[in-house]
Amino acid sequence: MNQFFGNILTPQFGYSVIRVTTPLLLPALGVAISELSGAANIALEGIMLIAAFTGVVVSAYTGSLWLAFIAGIAAGVLVGALLGFFHLRLKADIILSAIALNMFASGITIFLLFLLTGDKGSSNSLQSLIFPEFKIPLLHAIPVIGEIFSGHNLLTYLSVVAIFFYWILVKKTPLGLRIRAVGQNPHAAESVGINVNKIRLYALMLSGMFGALGGMYLSMGYVSWFSRDMTAGRGFIAIAASTLGNLTPLGIFLSSLLFGFVNAVSIYISSLNIPSEIIQSIPYVMTVLALTFFSMRKKRDTL
Amino acid sequence: MEKFLVKHFTLIRTLVAILIGVFITIFLIILISADGLYSLQQFFLGPFASRGRFSNIFENAAPLIICGVAIAFAFQAAQFNVGAEGSFFISAAVGTAFAVSTSMPPVLHIISILAVSALTGALWSGISGILKAKWNASELVSSLMLNYVAYFLGLYLINHHFRDKKAGYLTSAKLPSSAILPRLFSGTRFHIGIIIAVVVAILAYIVIFKTKFGYELRMSGQNVKFAKYAGINIFKIVLLSQVISGLIAGMGGVMEVMGIHHRFNWQSLPGYGWDGVIVAIIGRNHPLLIIAASFFLSYLKIGGQVLNLMSDIPSEMISVIQSIIILLITAEAFLGNWKAALNRKISTGGTL
Repeated sequence: MNQFFGNILTPQFGYSVIRVTTPLLLPALGVAISELSGAANIALEGIMLIAAFTGVVVSAYTGSLWLAFIAGIAAGVLVGALLGFFHLRLKADIILSAIALNMFASGITIFLLFLLTGDKGSSNSLQSLIFPEFKIPLLHAIPVIGEIFSGHNLLTYLSVVAIFFYWILVKKTPLGLRIRAVGQNPHAAESVGINVNKIRLYALMLSGMFGALGGMYLSMGYVSWFSRDMTAGRGFIAIAASTLGNLTPLGIFLSSLLFGFVNAVSIYISSLNIPSEIIQSIPYVMTVLALTFFSMRKKRDTL
Repeated sequence: MEKFLVKHFTLIRTLVAILIGVFITIFLIILISADGLYSLQQFFLGPFASRGRFSNIFENAAPLIICGVAIAFAFQAAQFNVGAEGSFFISAAVGTAFAVSTSMPPVLHIISILAVSALTGALWSGISGILKAKWNASELVSSLMLNYVAYFLGLYLINHHFRDKKAGYLTSAKLPSSAILPRLFSGTRFHIGIIIAVVVAILAYIVIFKTKFGYELRMSGQNVKFAKYAGINIFKIVLLSQVISGLIAGMGGVMEVMGIHHRFNWQSLPGYGWDGVIVAIIGRNHPLLIIAASFFLSYLKIGGQVLNLMSDIPSEMISVIQSIIILLITAEAFLGNWKAALNRKISTGGTL
């Protein structure tokens, strides 16, 4: 046990918490923005996969990180728009179409990966790029704090920007106001001339953008390749994180950090003599517990 | 004619969606394969080309029917519990553990293993059920998370406590012969599981469509407020629909172990629970239609496997096609204009 705390109370541990929080925080913001509009997007799992795959492939074939970035975002936004098309235009149940899109994403990425590389497992044979890591001047020089907060991937810093972006978007812009209005009372919003479906479509596209950033972080930062189903349920944990965060920027940040912390602990705990299967199940158990706790509190508040 | 078309509109829409899926398949195969005609032939006729493959269609349909019916039970009550995958897996692990550590006469052994697994599945899925019924916690999120927990716990149980150390790979000990589902045709793995699955589907049909409980279930699924005013115990419906869902899915997993592999040899989630979502949607949550949908999906999957083996096209093409079919089926407005035109024609006496 002492060894365990010895491992946890290190700057490296703090660093890895931030590292594993990034791919939860970004899609959680994506879930939140769609949920605010009243059209909850549970296809983040699929959006992340498709963006992760697109980023890797485009960077490998063009050699340009910028093009890969743009293509990845475009892919995520496109899947978000597709979900919007099916739900808003073709009146499909949003949960069922999102489940279908998640399956589609899992299948199409493996399908194309095989056609491009002849391998169904990972993109190891592709020379794909990763986003650079940044050492923040001054901060980097500070002991402990520098080791924790400096030297992260570009997309990790972008995820911090994304929190502020989300906050400004939701609280300070006309679009954000409309998104909230449409989510709270679509009929009232419609009666003052807001096009409900259009606003929800925008929200779903924004949600795709956040998801795409999270997906690209996985394949072009967290690791430097694409592997099949590499999101491993992060898109679903994001739903929990956004729910626990009560759709507020600070709340989402803290709940994502909580899941990131548990995730990191489960990596570090392997120094103890606990079977890895048990450790790997911890983040998911925690998610259920947290979901229960917050639902209990919510229920108590509404009574 | 128009009246007939309108009456069976959803069925027609489903068939059109499937047809579009098949056309996309043909198009993709011709586009990608170096020898398109040969690949097409392999895909469509391959599943019937040998006794073994033909029997595969039936073997594969059994878990699809079971999981489809399990999902339908929850979906009928508008409970988006997608935990069939987890119930399937953890019940198979617990059932295997029970099977290898007990000895009983053949029929009794099989029945008690099925009972233990069904109970495990019911309890597992009941977690999401009770969280939803009591505190309104999203069953979608909790069942998604519990799928992963079930996966890791199932692996832990088998890999650490019931592992066959003599086998060269991670697997459970072999099931005793008393725990093995009898096979119907020699030389194939065609076992009585398909019969159990069809019986389960028929029972589910009776419960959902012919009993008071089934009526309450469907009513709460369609309009929970109305159901509440009608005096239906929503707590009971929410909980039971998910418990029964897990109960059914729990049998499916161990039936695969007892009928096909004879040991627990999964090291990743086999995905039958998600396939259950697919056949439930294609069969529109109707247990008898789910039987048909399962045979169709099973046929597609075997076709995909043949293609994977005999040509240059990966079997994942099938998951792409099935998701397109589902998107079209769930799209209420798909072919909506056509329906509206038909209705106009009926109301104007066919003069349009």
